[in-house]
Amino acid sequence: MSNSTVGSPEGFTVGRGVAWLVMGLFLAATLFPIYWTLRSAMSTNAGLISAPGNILPVDVLEGEAAEGAQVGLTGRATTTRATGINIERVITDVSLEENEAAGGSGQNFDLLTALRNSMVVATVVTIGQVLFCAFAAYAFARLKFRGQNLVFALYLSALMVPPIFSLIPNFLFIRDLPSWVPFTDDQFGWINTLPGIIAPFFLMTPFAVFFLRQFFLGISKEVEEAAVLDGAGHLRRFFQVIMPMASAPLFTLAILTYVTSWNEFLWPFVVGKNEEVRVLTVALNEFKAQTPGTTAPDWTGLMAASFVSSVPILVLFAIFGRRVVDSIGFSGIK
Amino acid sequence: MTAGQLGANDLVADAAVPKPPKRNREERALDGGWKVAFWFLLPSLLGFLIFYLIPTIRAIRISFTEDSLTSRNPAEWIGAENYRELWSDDRFWDSVWVTLKFVAMNIGSQTILALILAVMMDRLTRSLIVRGILLVPWVLPNVLVAMLWLFLLDPRVGFVNSVIESLGFSASSFLNDSTLVVPAMAFINTWKFTGYTALLLFAGMQTIPRNLYEAGALDGSSEMTMFRTITLPLLKPVLALVMVVSLIGSFQMFDVAQTASGGLGGETGGPSGASRVIYIYIYENAFLFRNKFGYAAAMATVLMGFLMFVTLAQLRLLRANESDLA
Repeated sequence: MSNSTVGSPEGFTVGRGVAWLVMGLFLAATLFPIYWTLRSAMSTNAGLISAPGNILPVDVLEGEAAEGAQVGLTGRATTTRATGINIERVITDVSLEENEAAGGSGQNFDLLTALRNSMVVATVVTIGQVLFCAFAAYAFARLKFRGQNLVFALYLSALMVPPIFSLIPNFLFIRDLPSWVPFTDDQFGWINTLPGIIAPFFLMTPFAVFFLRQFFLGISKEVEEAAVLDGAGHLRRFFQVIMPMASAPLFTLAILTYVTSWNEFLWPFVVGKNEEVRVLTVALNEFKAQTPGTTAPDWTGLMAASFVSSVPILVLFAIFGRRVVDSIGFSGIK
Repeated sequence: MTAGQLGANDLVADAAVPKPPKRNREERALDGGWKVAFWFLLPSLLGFLIFYLIPTIRAIRISFTEDSLTSRNPAEWIGAENYRELWSDDRFWDSVWVTLKFVAMNIGSQTILALILAVMMDRLTRSLIVRGILLVPWVLPNVLVAMLWLFLLDPRVGFVNSVIESLGFSASSFLNDSTLVVPAMAFINTWKFTGYTALLLFAGMQTIPRNLYEAGALDGSSEMTMFRTITLPLLKPVLALVMVVSLIGSFQMFDVAQTASGGLGGETGGPSGASRVIYIYIYENAFLFRNKFGYAAAMATVLMGFLMFVTLAQLRLLRANESDLA
């Protein structure tokens, strides 16, 4: 890493000033929609209609709408009215009166269930996928067996299969699972169950195997040889030598897998629409689908739900962002 | 039993030629062979077989049957009938056209913006915070991104329209407007992927030798000239790769269309099919129109064939480019 001219600090020129300005615009355009969700979640529906362009939360009720945007900025009493309530009402069951007072249409956002489902799915998928793909990566990077390259090439070729292509057969497979399989429904197998949502991502993804194999190849053989002399078997070498030495890429992969799993939509949308099992992405899409377009849509509810679903990912990203950022460019280049 | 025998043989061998056999055994212990590899591969192999390999074969088979809700078990084999139907299905060709428009707009705007961003990052700052912020849209769920823009582009309470109106123009219902819905979706996807694409290009730029820029600066070349004569030609292979990867992703856009197209209260893929991309049409056939799995699978097979063609073309292109640069 010989970055002698890192950032090339050649001092200020007009060109660089303009470039910084453009960069600032890009950053603002990136962050603004996310801020806007929060701003709107903190507003009332009447407020959103009265001042759609107001930068701060608009916290007015029906009767005050005419007074416009400033109302929301004055006094504590008005501020507390909307702010918390939208987020509160999409997570928990608030009373119908409270819901309507906040401009809700009485529609039930049961976000807590969806949050829980998303967490269960993402956690189980991450643990399974990282562990099993690490096993596979060990076989490809550290063992030698006949047909090794062929099997690896086959795994990689799965990268070319578009999700929609395997969607139908996977759906049929999950639906037609025999009844002796645990957690199946008599009629529809694993449809509308958490195992059904988890299954296709639990055992492997080609990317995870490829990603870990690259790192395992880079671990020096000497440490492993020392372990062999100590009489360590493959399993012990895997858990006591490879896993600790590759803990950084394993952790990075775990974060990427968690985020990907959290964001997955097509598969859970097809197999898990029931309220008890649906994950956040499916729930969000469902809230939108149920909201009427013409008569007083509950925008603050939708925005509060959106905001709440983004929080776990944003927090995760804020803490482990460096790993994610550093991993970009890994898959495509080199 | 075998272990004992092996040990005995080794002892004999040890007596005759001390070193090589021992080495051999160590190597075997290191390498494992199929017996060990099998157990390490077992879980992923199961996942690969059940959710990738068998489904691939099965999907192609289904595409030659009349599998649907009305014809359950076993579905009738109808040969290439689905493909023939596809050929004369106007809706299918419409959705192909919509997808192509979307991809062209999306990839065009996204690549240009990402290139600008990447160059600016390369020449201005390596700040992790800047890169982190630019990556935020990429880590958010597509459905959520669709939701944000559904609201921002709303004709009555959306921020974008309030700005447009304050500038004296009339508001537009972007996502429920048959001419604007595809550009609007392309814009949403661009917002989501520009930062990510820029980071990929930025990573590619780090392989360009710095002294080329130093030499350029000594020659008095402007940043624009250096971009044209140094960055762009040397970035070509990475740029091609990134474009093809985004292209393949863009062809498979589903989440944003499912959530945002048609606007709030409008029909998905609407208005009247103006935003029905190929993924939406396949989904509709498989899961909305009486589960026409056979027909949907035929469409998915055509799509996969096309994307594989793109991928292989990409590999060709890359190899050609690589030799150019070497």
